[in-house]
Amino acid sequence: MGGNSDMKLIDENGIRIDGRKVDELRPIRIEAGVLKSADGSAYVEIGKNKVLAAVYGPRECHPRHMQNPAKAIVQCKYNMISFSVSDRKRPGPDRRSVEISKLISEAMEYVVFTENFPRTSIDVYIEVLQANAGTRCAGLTAASVALADAGIPMKDVVPAVAVGKVNDQVVLDLNKEEDNFGQADLPIAIIPRTGEVLLMQMDGHMTQAEFDRGLEMGVRACSEIYRLQKDALRRRYAVVSGEGEEETKGLVHAMTEEA
Amino acid sequence: MSKESTARELVLPGDLLDPGTMKPGEGTYVHDGKIFAAMLGIKSVKSNFVNVIPLGGRYIPAPGDMVIGKVIDIGPSNWLVDINSPYPAPLHVNEVPWRVEFGDTARYLSVGDTLLAKVLSVDETKRVQVTMKEQGLRKLQGGQILEISHSKVPRVIGKNGSMIQMIKNYTNCRIFIGQNGRIWVDGNMDDMVHAMRAIKMIEEGAQTLKLTERVKEFLDSVYRKEE
Repeated sequence: MGGNSDMKLIDENGIRIDGRKVDELRPIRIEAGVLKSADGSAYVEIGKNKVLAAVYGPRECHPRHMQNPAKAIVQCKYNMISFSVSDRKRPGPDRRSVEISKLISEAMEYVVFTENFPRTSIDVYIEVLQANAGTRCAGLTAASVALADAGIPMKDVVPAVAVGKVNDQVVLDLNKEEDNFGQADLPIAIIPRTGEVLLMQMDGHMTQAEFDRGLEMGVRACSEIYRLQKDALRRRYAVVSGEGEEETKGLVHAMTEEA
Repeated sequence: MSKESTARELVLPGDLLDPGTMKPGEGTYVHDGKIFAAMLGIKSVKSNFVNVIPLGGRYIPAPGDMVIGKVIDIGPSNWLVDINSPYPAPLHVNEVPWRVEFGDTARYLSVGDTLLAKVLSVDETKRVQVTMKEQGLRKLQGGQILEISHSKVPRVIGKNGSMIQMIKNYTNCRIFIGQNGRIWVDGNMDDMVHAMRAIKMIEEGAQTLKLTERVKEFLDSVYRKEE
């Protein structure tokens, strides 16, 4: 957030430095079930961002004192790989990644039906392979696809996107330059079905009118991302069709006795 | 609306299943009187209940489930059994078919033993208890264990047990299937290999059509060669 800068990020025709219009998303690619050993996984590309998410669990909660006898806990770990940014990032958790981990954990805990799995933990690992602004949104988008892929019961798949203010204009899905030299950055995650806001942060300054416009723009973009998330999951499980599965537990019983 | 679970429709979390004329079953939730899918799976309608049959996820024990467990720890009056779920299951000495003295548990079952057990009870905090006090439940000796996703167990069994019966007939193996996705196979070395290949095939192609025919073809081909 460079505050006021004379850098020209939007031209007279309303075209941004990467050729997008102010209300246009970067190209998005989402794939579900990319990892074999995780219970669920997803890979997301939003422009130059590349994010991988893996879900394990529900599994026994360690350390034991963290477990909740009434519900599961969701533990997210957001991590940026050392080669994800242009200067080498010092590996390991830092102030920023701890904050984002907590944020995403709390957002996911709200959508997952945690009461179905008391005393367990659901672990979500988000690895940023390449960063170009908006990685927390990409991470959350990937995490929710991975959770659905893991077969974990949840209210909805959640999309996330950032809006911001650049050269006194409200723009959607900031890229690196706009994030660094723009005037405001506002990441949003919503539950598309109900419109509930799961995550919202603001860095910089916006007027009430700009905020309202940004929110409306973000919500519209979220429904687009939501569609892509669902498409990715449908593609992964496309071949589902065939004979029924009408067996009962009584049958298993009969079988074991006869064997 | 689709008929009694004929169409196999894939649903995702948050998908609308029913505007409220039916009753919510497993894998669903109700919001504003409407029924939504809570997880990724196949929509199924049975006697006015909408359910979602999961396609993945961990095994969550339910009372009455037949499971294959591994002993992971021994206490003076109980064994701790891993049943391939997030919850370890204690097996109390009163729940085994033998008369066990206090502190003498290791004589009957030791760490690493596999056993066929039944889930006795699961309370609201998911504390599980298993039992071996029923006909057919026992320690499994010899043979091999293979693990598949618990959601694919019904496919391995097949309609009315047709699939597993076919594998048994071809391979002459003794096979037990636990609801937790563990399968125990015992027989001749070669037969066991074939049976396990067939089961792996079912697991990989669990969502495809004409699976029974393909597995039959595979078993036919390996057994014709041997003759």
